Amino acid sequence: MNKEIKRHIEETLAKGMRFDGRKADEYRPISVQVGVTKNAEGSARVKIGETDVIVGVKMAVEKPYPDTPEDGTFAVNVELLPLSNPEFETGPPGIQAIELARVVDRGVRESKAVDTKALCIEKAEKAWCIMVDICPINDAGNLFDASSLATILALQDTRFPAFDGIEIDYKTRTEKKIPLHLIPVAVTVYKIGKHLLVDPTIEEDQVSDARLTVCATEDGHICALQKGGNTPLTLSDIEAMIDYALGQIKVLRHNIGVKK
Amino acid sequence: MAYKKRVDGRDWHETRPITAKAGVIPRADGSAYFKIGDTEAYAAVYGPRNLYPRFMQDPATGILRCHYNMMPFSGSGERVRPGGSRRSKEISAVTEKALLPVLDLTEFPNAVVDVFIEFPQTDAGSRCAGICAAAIALADAGLSMKDMVSAIAVGKVDDKLVVDLNYAEESYDAEVADIPIAVIPSTGEITLLQLDGIIDKHDLKKAIENGIETCRKINEVQKNALKEKYRK
Amino acid sequence: MSELKVSEKEIVVPGEVLAEGMSYVPSYGTYRSQDKVYSHRLGLVNVDGKVIKIIPLSGKYLPKRNDVIIGKVVEIMLSGWRMETNCAYSAVLSMKEASADFIPRGADLTRYFDIGDYVMTKIVNVTSQKLVDVSMKGPGLRKLVGGRIISVNTNKVPRIIGKQGTMISMVKSATGCRIIVGQNGLIWISGEDPNKELIAVRSIKKIEEESHTSGLTEQILNYLKDLIPDAKFEEKGEENGL
Repeated sequence: MNKEIKRHIEETLAKGMRFDGRKADEYRPISVQVGVTKNAEGSARVKIGETDVIVGVKMAVEKPYPDTPEDGTFAVNVELLPLSNPEFETGPPGIQAIELARVVDRGVRESKAVDTKALCIEKAEKAWCIMVDICPINDAGNLFDASSLATILALQDTRFPAFDGIEIDYKTRTEKKIPLHLIPVAVTVYKIGKHLLVDPTIEEDQVSDARLTVCATEDGHICALQKGGNTPLTLSDIEAMIDYALGQIKVLRHNIGVKK
Repeated sequence: MAYKKRVDGRDWHETRPITAKAGVIPRADGSAYFKIGDTEAYAAVYGPRNLYPRFMQDPATGILRCHYNMMPFSGSGERVRPGGSRRSKEISAVTEKALLPVLDLTEFPNAVVDVFIEFPQTDAGSRCAGICAAAIALADAGLSMKDMVSAIAVGKVDDKLVVDLNYAEESYDAEVADIPIAVIPSTGEITLLQLDGIIDKHDLKKAIENGIETCRKINEVQKNALKEKYRK
Repeated sequence: MSELKVSEKEIVVPGEVLAEGMSYVPSYGTYRSQDKVYSHRLGLVNVDGKVIKIIPLSGKYLPKRNDVIIGKVVEIMLSGWRMETNCAYSAVLSMKEASADFIPRGADLTRYFDIGDYVMTKIVNVTSQKLVDVSMKGPGLRKLVGGRIISVNTNKVPRIIGKQGTMISMVKSATGCRIIVGQNGLIWISGEDPNKELIAVRSIKKIEEESHTSGLTEQILNYLKDLIPDAKFEEKGEENGL
């Protein structure tokens, strides 16, 4: 990390702009598509600037966990494909992939957006299991927000495959959707020196001191938080970042039209 | 029972519709998208770049490494657990052998050219689609290649010789021969040849000739994808 | 009967037939097989008499002696620094070559260049195994302080610099930014006004993207004039904006 570049980024932020001409609270152009891949039960593709992420949802029928016999399961996995970034290596998910998966998972799971009881087919015997796979195609920064958004859109796009009680017929899709109570949306706020911003480029991410991912529901309730980065934050930092994020979440919801 | 008409209505020697684009992954040194029917492949090239572990370095030339991988939701049926399988390792190896003959990496001793091939969606013919995408991506990356490489699966379904088998044909309820083939268009030389199924010598020769002819047509699509990138 | 199959500045791909017959001479980026000349790369056709060559549109940088490049320090070694050079091969700057001043043995090398520093250097030697030695002894060669670094396609560097530096000078004088173009595709830009810096970056990216089109100088001139109405343009320029 180059201290000079960081200093220059801060100087530029102090003058109200970023290296690519955006303001601190401005996202790069966002485009979303759903139903992008046929064999998944649900899918979505989100592009933020040149960052491009595909999320696919697959479903299966399994035995529920013994301690939650009336609940289906929900799992999120991230594969940081080496295709998308020269720094990514082949092999099992490293800590970056794991953290990203768990943060996205937290936003959906802890908000109880997915009604896992509705996934139960036969108590203690059979329940639906939802598996979300996040695959970046190009990483130009801000995988957190692109992945969270694509995940919720993919879940909305998902339709149950036909199930006769014994076997799943993946070739036949039903009209049945995943019951989603809420639509959580996440925004990650980054701190560089004393400046806050959203949607960092790779360079901005590399010089950032800390980040805070905030996930919130439609009525502004916070359903997940994750702090990252090496620099500690004060309480007022956190309050400021949360406020910043909540504002951004509202804008994002409005721009993308994310609703039930 | 004879195979009277193809399941999707195509001619015996007709491929499914093909779309190809170059330069679709900005972070990569070269990249491409190749879609044939419902099979979609992305290829990204990174290199020449540093090669670790050091024992793999070759002081005489750069090396090529291919990595074939399917996204967990890409196949029909159940989710496929991520991570390499024996199948994907084998396909990675034959893909490498299919592409290496056209490449000249002697200018890059001790370095590596990595090719990553990923599939959001598959419906048979994925290794061939991957090779087609990879060839475009390698050219896009500015590597020295005496020609590109084109690939297609040919074969026989019941009593008919066909080109570009889809999933329904691969799993057709009769005798099937599925023959992925990769070709250097300018010379007609074959750099990948595999066979699954059963076929006699005479039909095999005909099938391979179909393959070479089809690969030359596919090459035109690959060339256009590269030129299209610069047309504005 | 010799026949040219393509035209000047046409975009060709590997394996494409450029000429038939024996009278055409294959040069850079092309090869002969029997009676045909083929392209070895993706690029633009250049015909000079009977000599055909390809001007590549892409490809990573290959270190060459005497090239001035921008490197990023990634390792402090016993008697020098190792630098990343935006290609497959790192470069080594030895203590001897670092400065006109004498650097005593055992000195703290980070006082001169630290990890993450960008330096402008000149390649003095490249071995067959692509081990690269660089030097800071030369006019203008120095550590780059402040500003920002962007990365461009190394093949576009000649176009970005322009004939006798005219293209890059145009951008420098219009935006008032100091700009240093490394042959390896790294470019340093430093200006007082971040808006002008951004215009400089965008102009360079535009030149990179449109490098294969004609009338580019005019296009960039107009682009700069539109964004900076009171821009001043100077006549001459130097090789890499020293």
